[in-house]
Amino acid sequence: MTTTTESPAGSSRPRPARSGQAPRRPGRARAWATRAPLLPALVFLILVTQLPFAATLVISLFEWNALYPEDRAFTGLDNYESVLGESSLRGAVFTTALLTATVVIVSLLLGLALALLLDRRFRGRGLVRTMAITPFLVVPVAAALMWKHLLFNPEYGLLNGLLGKFGDLFGFTAPQPDWISDMPLLAVEISLIWQWTPFMMLILLAGLQSRPAELAEAARIDGAGDWQIFRHLTLPHLRRYLELGALLGSIYVVQNFEAVYTLTGGALDTANLPFVIYREFYRAQDYGVASAAGVLVVIGSLAIAVLALRVVSSLFREEGSRG
Amino acid sequence: MTQLTASTRQLTERPRRPRSIGGSVLGLAAWLGGLVLFLPVAWMVLTSFHSEADAASNPPALTAPLTLEGYRSFLDSGPWPPLINSLTASLASTALVLLLALPAAYALAIRPVKGWRDALFFFLSTKMLPIVAGLLPIYLFARNVGLLDNVWLLVLLYTSMNLPIAVWMLQSFLAEVPVSVIEAAQLDGARLPVVLGRVIAPIVLPGVAATALICFIFSWNELLLARVLTGVVAETAPVFLTRFITSQGLFLAQLSAAAVAISLPVLAAGFAAQDKLVQGLSLGAVK
Repeated sequence: MTTTTESPAGSSRPRPARSGQAPRRPGRARAWATRAPLLPALVFLILVTQLPFAATLVISLFEWNALYPEDRAFTGLDNYESVLGESSLRGAVFTTALLTATVVIVSLLLGLALALLLDRRFRGRGLVRTMAITPFLVVPVAAALMWKHLLFNPEYGLLNGLLGKFGDLFGFTAPQPDWISDMPLLAVEISLIWQWTPFMMLILLAGLQSRPAELAEAARIDGAGDWQIFRHLTLPHLRRYLELGALLGSIYVVQNFEAVYTLTGGALDTANLPFVIYREFYRAQDYGVASAAGVLVVIGSLAIAVLALRVVSSLFREEGSRG
Repeated sequence: MTQLTASTRQLTERPRRPRSIGGSVLGLAAWLGGLVLFLPVAWMVLTSFHSEADAASNPPALTAPLTLEGYRSFLDSGPWPPLINSLTASLASTALVLLLALPAAYALAIRPVKGWRDALFFFLSTKMLPIVAGLLPIYLFARNVGLLDNVWLLVLLYTSMNLPIAVWMLQSFLAEVPVSVIEAAQLDGARLPVVLGRVIAPIVLPGVAATALICFIFSWNELLLARVLTGVVAETAPVFLTRFITSQGLFLAQLSAAAVAISLPVLAAGFAAQDKLVQGLSLGAVK
C-alpha cells in the first residue's frame, strides 16, 4: 500500500511509514478497507454517467421513432448516415466547431489582456476584478435573455441606443442593425465571449501570480524591456495555463445549450450539436438519430478531453514537484 | 477620473517609480475593461427598477424614475415553487456530492490507495463527456420508473454532474494536510473519528465550503436537463425564466427583475468564493 506514488501536494511529503502498525503486505481485507471509501462515489458515477452513454450507443444503432414505437428495428449505421448526410445536421457539426473555436480563442485573448492589466497594482484593483468576473456569475440563461432582449433588440436595445446617441453626438445617422437577424452566429458568439472572458482571465491571472517574481526582476536589471520579459519569460510560463483555459473552455462551450436555445432558437444556421440533439429528441422524437448525434458529440469531445487530461496531468505533476 | 487623481497623488507623494504615467494609463485600461464587462449587468439591474414604458424607450432612459413594479410582477407570477425546486435540487445535490466525495477524496489523498491517480483521472474524464449525449436513456429510464417531473431525479443527475469536480477539489485540499500532524495525533492515541474531527476538519473546512459553493452554482444554473426532464411540478428557476416572456407586450422590466432575482444567489455565492472560484473551475489544477 505504501507505494511510491507522489501526492499532489508535494512529493517531498514523506509517505506514512506505518511501522509496526501494519504488516508489510496487508491482507485482502485491509486493502478493501482502504479502498472502500472510494467505492460509493465510483459506483454512483459509473451508474449515472457511463450507463446512459452505453445505452445511447446501442439506441443509435436502431431505427426508433417515438411516434411509431412498433417500428423499432436494428439499422446499423443508418442513423449516422442521416446525421452526416442531412445538410442541416452536417451544418450543426460545422457550427459547433466554428462557435467553439471563435468563442474560446477570442475570450482567451481578451482574458489574457485583462489578466495582464489586473496583475499590476493600481487603485481599485479589487473592485475592477469583481466587476470583471460578474458576467460569469449571471445564470447563463438569464444572461442569454439579457443579451437578446435588453442589448441586441433593434428597437429598444442598449447597443442600438448607444449607437444612436453616439451618432447624435458626432452628427451622423448611426446604423441600427437588427443584431440577431443580421448576424445570428456573431450575436451568439458575442454573448458567449462576454461570459467566458472572465473565466479565462481568472485562470490566466492565477498563472501570472504563480510566476516567480525574482526572475523578471533579474531580467529587468539585466536591461530587458517589458516586451522582452513578456515574450521570453511570461508567455512561456503562461503556456500551460493558456492550454488549460482553451481546453476547459472548449469542453464547456461545446456543450453550451442556453445561448443558442435562447438567442436564436437554433434558426439561421446557428444550431449547434447539443441543440440538435435536444431538437431531434424533443420535437421530432426520433430517438435513433438523436442518439447518433449524441455519440458524435461524445467522439468530438473525447478528442479534446484526451488533450485536456494531458494538460491537467502536467500541471498537476508540476504542482506536485514544487513541493 | 478617480484613477487619474489617484496616480497624480502617487506621483507627488511617492515619486519612486518613473513609469507611473504609463502605469496610470494601464490602470485606466483595466478599469475600462472591467466596466465594459460589467455594463450589461448594470444595465439589466437598472432596467429591473424601471417602469415597463421606460424600459422599452429609445434612446435608453438612463434617468427614468425608479420603481419596484418589475419585482412586483415577478413576485406575482408565482416564482416560489420553481425557486424552491431549484433550492432543493441545488442544496440536496450539493449535500449528496459532499457525502460521496469526502470519503473518496480521503482515500485518494490521505492514504492514497493503489492506482489513485488513475481513479482521479477517471473521475475527471466523466466530466468531459457532454451530459446531453446520455439525455435520451435518462429520459426513457425516468419515464419508466415514474421519475419524470420529479425534483429528486435532478438531484441525482446534478450529483453526478458535480461529483468529479468535488472529488478533484477536495482531494487537492486534503492533500495539504501534513501527514506528520495526523501521525502525531495517532501516536497520542487519537482514534480515527477524533483525527477526522479535530485534526483534518479544521484544515480542510474552508476548502469544503468552497467546493460546496461551486457545486451549488453549477446546479442552480443548469437548464437543459431541467428543461427536458421536468414539467409543471418540478420546474426549476432557469426553466421558469425561459417561459417568463409571456406575449408581445412590454415585459423588459419584469424580465430583468426576474433575471436579477434568480441570479442573486449565484452572484452572492460567487463573490463569496471569489478566490476559490478559479480552483473549482479548473478542477483543482490551478491553485
